[in-house]
Parts: sequence; structure tokens; C-alpha cells
Amino acid sequence: MSGNHAIGEAAVRAGCRFYFGYPITPQNEMTEYMARRLNEIEGGVFIQAESELAAINMVIGASMAGARVMTSSSSPGISLKQEGISFLCAMELPAVIVNMTRGGPGLGNIAPAQSDYFQATRGGGHGDYRTIVLAPSSVQELADLTMEAFNLADKYRIPTVILGDGMLGQMMEPVEFPDGEMQKPPPKDWTITGARGRPSRFIRSLLLDPAVEEEHNWKLARKYERIAAKEVRYEAYRLEDAKMVVVSFGTAARIAKGAIKRLREQGLKVGLLRPITLWPFPEIVLKDLAKRIGHFLVYEMNAGQMVEDVRLALEGRAEIFFYGRPGGVVITPLEMSRVITSKYYQKGLG
Amino acid sequence: MGFQKVFGRPRALKDAPFHYCPGCGHSIIHRLIAEVIDEMGLQEKAIGVPPAGCAVLAYYYFDIDMGEAPHGRGAALATGLKRVLPDRLVFTYQGDGDIAAIGTAETIHAANRGERITVIFVNNGVYGMTGGQMAPTTVLGQETTTSPGGRERIRDGFPLNLSEMLALTKGSAYIERTAVNNPKNIMKTKKAIEKAFRVQIEGLGFSLVEVLSPCPTNLKLRPVEAWRWVEENMMDVFPLGVIKDVQRD
Repeated sequence: MSGNHAIGEAAVRAGCRFYFGYPITPQNEMTEYMARRLNEIEGGVFIQAESELAAINMVIGASMAGARVMTSSSSPGISLKQEGISFLCAMELPAVIVNMTRGGPGLGNIAPAQSDYFQATRGGGHGDYRTIVLAPSSVQELADLTMEAFNLADKYRIPTVILGDGMLGQMMEPVEFPDGEMQKPPPKDWTITGARGRPSRFIRSLLLDPAVEEEHNWKLARKYERIAAKEVRYEAYRLEDAKMVVVSFGTAARIAKGAIKRLREQGLKVGLLRPITLWPFPEIVLKDLAKRIGHFLVYEMNAGQMVEDVRLALEGRAEIFFYGRPGGVVITPLEMSRVITSKYYQKGLG
Repeated sequence: MGFQKVFGRPRALKDAPFHYCPGCGHSIIHRLIAEVIDEMGLQEKAIGVPPAGCAVLAYYYFDIDMGEAPHGRGAALATGLKRVLPDRLVFTYQGDGDIAAIGTAETIHAANRGERITVIFVNNGVYGMTGGQMAPTTVLGQETTTSPGGRERIRDGFPLNLSEMLALTKGSAYIERTAVNNPKNIMKTKKAIEKAFRVQIEGLGFSLVEVLSPCPTNLKLRPVEAWRWVEENMMDVFPLGVIKDVQRD
């Protein structure tokens, strides 16, 4: 199954019956899958919107009505959705948003890239907000994290972003889905469904009084703190005796892992830390590693974005190197192992 | 001798004083919508979508469920609501800048899909809340803060007849333009809102009522003069009447 199809199927199994999208490469297979799949299911609704703006606003409406809802796009389209993502955060509405990142800025190209890290982890729209950002590195993980994304979105009433790339979306790998139906989403006592047998409700983001808006911002900030305390996910690979840590996410982490496997056979003590949640970022894990390891090599498919979070986490406690290949360039594990090897020996670790 | 109550606040309006300027049409249009909701027994089924603009605070006044839309996106947001809850009455309430400038695409495509939603489009020819800038429906010669000397066709383009454009879409079922400049037109507006809601409930397609409404503050006119201004300056460009009715045509 391709990554794009796996996300679609996982969403359906997570109880998502509403999908609003707009064509853009390299995620079209997901939109097409949802069109086909949601038409087969009773109660399924697929709309090909007139724009990404319209799609994200349909998501807002469906979320207000209490539905599990998803949209997907790729970099330029995600830029257009940022207005809506800011509103989703302000109004505390759950939704799942998939970004199969491509090379940028501008139209860029349709090759795999990680250049939307800042946009995803800093809340790419206006205002003071965060979204949960999940970064899978295999098709199986795309499926698992898509289901998880719906649970997290509902649990915290927050839009959750799945940050993949063109390679993950197109890649074919076997996928296992859990047996049986997913658990139902929690009951929601805040939706607008018509005021039957209860007082009327409204959902809004306009808070004209600065004191009220400030309190709303602090309320959101406290929620983000709870998420940061509870929801950090990462993979640690061969770190037990490592002298150097490679920090990478998504497709880049997969390439780095291949290189590390090869280098371990040659006796180099290198390990991998792969953040699975890009926000919240596993900064405490990094801090702990820096107590015993002095060298960190950050590899990203961009010109240096997550490396800033690594610097913030390590606060000068260790030496940080960066290797980046922006623009949609995908390197081989062999190239990565050369990069690691040269730093490893240059620093006298071997 | 007993007294009989002949006039009161509709149940679908909360007991809250409107913030609208004296002579503004919004308060009248709010009341008309609330009366129709009461009379059709829809208070527990109605979901309203207020816009960015003067009517953004509509949820302080309507005693029904409401969900605020980003500027111009009402029709898309209402599409999401209605598709999840097809048996509810979903309506947007939008101004001319909201619907005919920034939200043109969302509105045309919702109409073209035949979304079973109703749009109440309040056309006062000006951006009210931001302080009187030129709207897509500002008429030629009309002075605004961003059309100094009056809207000029070479520089500023023409007023946009969005309702006529929407009538061309195959998915629209009922479109009428009314006004709230005198009691007769106010009663016609109420009938049009009722008809638009019925069209939605019967699943016929997209329905819209455009209401010409005065903005005395930004026209810098007294309320009565503003009513007259709407009649004398807007109705030639935006003629009143049924623009499309699939049940009649």
C-alpha cells in the first residue's frame, strides 16, 4: 500500500467520515483514495473544494458540528490553509491536517523535502498558537500516527498535523491495521448542532477585550504545556554506547538509520535520535543525552530548521553539526555514512 | 379588562441590546430572521454563521447555535456544518465585502454545488466595521475613504452584481434582492427569508436573500436620509425582486 493510501485508510478506520481536499502533487493519491472510499461508506462525505482555503473552512464547519474530519495538501497548499489552522487553534477545534511536503519556497518542485518544519512547528498562521506535529518515517507509521492524530486532536481539541513528504506518500510498503473498529471519539459538549434541549452555544475567535483575549491565550498556553509534558514521542536507536548522535526526522531519519547500521558494522559508535513529535519536541531527551554524549549531527532535507530546536534544547552543552540538502534532494545512506564518518574521525571519536 | 401582548422580542433573539448604529439595517434584519425562525419553529434546528464585519457579534443577539467564520469563508464553513448535519437549518449572515470581495470564490462554488444552505447577504455599499472603505458594491460616484472623489470606473472598476452572477449557477435555487428602507420592503424581506429557508429545508438547492441596507454612519447621513440614499442610489444598480426561483421559473 502507498503512503498516501495508508493515511486515507487509517483515517477511515479512525472514524473519519468527512474529507475536504484540493488537488496538489505529491499527495493526490490520498485525495483520490478518500473520494473513492468515502463514497462507498454510508455517511461518508468527500468534497473537492474550490481551493485549499475553502477546504480548511469546510473542515472548520465539520469540526464545529462534532465530526472527525481531515484535509491534506502539500507545501503551497498548506500555506493557504494557515488562516484556517489559526482559527482552528483559536476556537479549539480538533482536525487532522496532512502535509506531504515538497521542495520550496514558492512553487518549488514536487520532490520530497522537509522545508516546512518551521511552518508546522511554529504555527504557520497568525497569532500565538501551536499544533501537534507528527513526523512518520514509514508507511506503517503513517497509518499508526494518522489514527493517533485523530485521538490527540479530540483529546486536546487541537488541530494535529502529519508532516510527511513526497517520498513517504508515494512509497509502497506493507501495512497492518489493528483489528476491529477504533474506539469512538469522546463525547463533545461544545459542538454546535442546533440548540435542542439545551441553551444555545456559539463558537468564536473574536475576543475584543484584551484582558479576555489574554486569558484565552494563557488557557491555550497551559494546554500546550500539558501536551508538551505528556505527548513527546521519539525513537532512540543504538544510543546506549554512542559517541555521536544523529538527529533526524521522517525520511531523513530513515536514510540516517541505514547509514548508522552500516557504520556500526564498521565499529563506529553512532546512534540515532528520531523525534516523532516535532512539536512537542523531545528536548528533555536531548538534554539527557548531552550529559554523556558531546557530539550531535543534525541531518535535514532543508537548509537548517530543526537544528535550531536542537540548539535550543542543548543550550551549548554539546557540539552540534548540521548537514542539510534542501530543494527536494534525497541522498543515499552511503552519502550519509560519509558525512558521519568524516565528522566522527575529525572529532577524534574513532 | 385584560391586556393582550401584541408585540415582543422574538424567542430566537436574546435579551441583549444591539450595538448597531442608529438607523443601521442590521438590527431590523436580525429581528426578521429571528421572527422567521420562531414562526417556522426552527430555534432548535438553526445554526447561524456570522461573518467578519459589523455583524460578527451576531451570536450575542441570536438565541440559536452559531459558529463564527473567518472573513469571507462563511459559505465554505456552512458547507462543512451542513454536510455533517443535513437535517439542520444552516445559514450564513454576510456583508458585501465579506461575500462579494474576499469570499467570492467560496460563495460561487457553494452555490454551484447546490449546497443546501441559505445566505443572508447584507449590502450596504461600504465596509462598515473598518471605517467606510470602498466595497465591491459601492456605486459609481460614491465617496468612500478609499475612493476619494467618488468611485470612478477607470480607477476603481464597477459595482459587482453578485446575486445575478450566483443566479447563473445551476445549483442555486432561489435568489431574491430586497431592502429594509421602508415598512413595505421590510415585510417583503421577511417573506423572502422565509422562502429561502423553505427552499433549503425542501432540499432544492442554494438560497440567498440580498438585502439593501443603509449605513448612516459611513454614508455620513442622518438615518432618514440614509434610507432615502439607498432608494435613490442603490436600487438602479441593484434592482429589487426575485432574481431566480426554480419553483417558479
